[in-house]
Amino acid sequence: MGERDPVTTAYGSPSAASASSASSAYGSSAPYGAPGGSGLATRGESANLADILERVLDKGVVIAGDIRINLLDIELLTIKLRLIVASVDKAKEMGIDWWEHDPSLSSRARRDPASVPAPAPAPPVENGTSEEAPG
Amino acid sequence: MTDATHLPEAAEATETTAPTAAAEATGTLEYAYAVVREADIPRTALEPVRGVAGEPVRAVRHLGLAVLAGPVPAADFDAEPLRARLEDLAWLEGVARAHQRVVDTAGADTCVIPVRMATVCRGEDGLRRMLATGRDRFTAALDRLEGRVEWGVKVYAASAPAEEPPAEPSAAASGRDYLRRRSAQRRASEQRWEHTEEGARRVHETLTALAEGARLHPPQDVRLSGEAARNVLNAAYLVPGEDSEVFAERVGELAGRESGLRLELTGPWAPYSFVAAEGNERAEP
Repeated sequence: MGERDPVTTAYGSPSAASASSASSAYGSSAPYGAPGGSGLATRGESANLADILERVLDKGVVIAGDIRINLLDIELLTIKLRLIVASVDKAKEMGIDWWEHDPSLSSRARRDPASVPAPAPAPPVENGTSEEAPG
Repeated sequence: MTDATHLPEAAEATETTAPTAAAEATGTLEYAYAVVREADIPRTALEPVRGVAGEPVRAVRHLGLAVLAGPVPAADFDAEPLRARLEDLAWLEGVARAHQRVVDTAGADTCVIPVRMATVCRGEDGLRRMLATGRDRFTAALDRLEGRVEWGVKVYAASAPAEEPPAEPSAAASGRDYLRRRSAQRRASEQRWEHTEEGARRVHETLTALAEGARLHPPQDVRLSGEAARNVLNAAYLVPGEDSEVFAERVGELAGRESGLRLELTGPWAPYSFVAAEGNERAEP
């Protein structure tokens, strides 16, 4: 009953994060069943934009409405966003690729490298991705 | 404003009588948020919630399903303006947050299948067509996800302990000292990194064993997350609602056990990351 707002609970050394800027969303309610583990810090704050975008923009049932937003347009947008959110390529560059060897894991990891151009040092990609667009 | 389709009693009416000709003719745009079983339409939860255009959200029924939707202005949501608006990150953020709020509010009460952001139909007829088109997929997903919630877990490398030891004042260190120190630093940082990666793997394996499903999202960048530390795992886990507490406790335990890592738990979310059966995420364009 009532409004549910996914809540963020942080564990571990909270001092490492300067994440207070990530709050600011609506209703920072009490965290769900804050577990009694040790060394945990609880931030009763709502999900950050990256958490939300990777769900509402990239997940969910893809079904054609009557307004034909060419999904490829949205792909372009998500590609741009993903460059901001962080690309799998960039992760690999940093040496984070262990999931690639685990077949039980998401197909995302496999799909992304193809759609994300090589990571540029800076994210503002203007139109470098347009070759992805259909004719 | 459309008629009181909030009310369960209106169910038959929406299905059998023609919608008001005026609304259909002008093709009122309807923004779709999520699909639920007709029997599980949230009764009151959505009343205080407003959608992406500040509009009230109600359920439109068809074929045993219902789509949660709200009327939105063509000036923003018709194809042309929508395409342009979506490129505006601030606008996008507003819509994304409102979309998520509707989905997760409804999802607190019942099993919802989120549709992707920016799914817009013409009138209630359009919404019903959408339900008919996606009926099999919606039904399969509802069967699979009933009673489950999604938890997000992110693992960060805890910040390195004082990466730069304050250069000893005028240590006048020899070149060799300097190089030795540098290479020791590099080794330490490599070890820390291996340790972090191992830890993230253990966290993921433990939680995957505990969950019904797991999905990996790309690591997040500081510019959107506001999180300074390096994100080494960004995963979503599908957990039966009644196991949520145990799952959260487990995350807390892992956090206590893994030194050098920081864990962050978000949720409960509607099962966004799991609406597509595994390996089938891009099935339908």
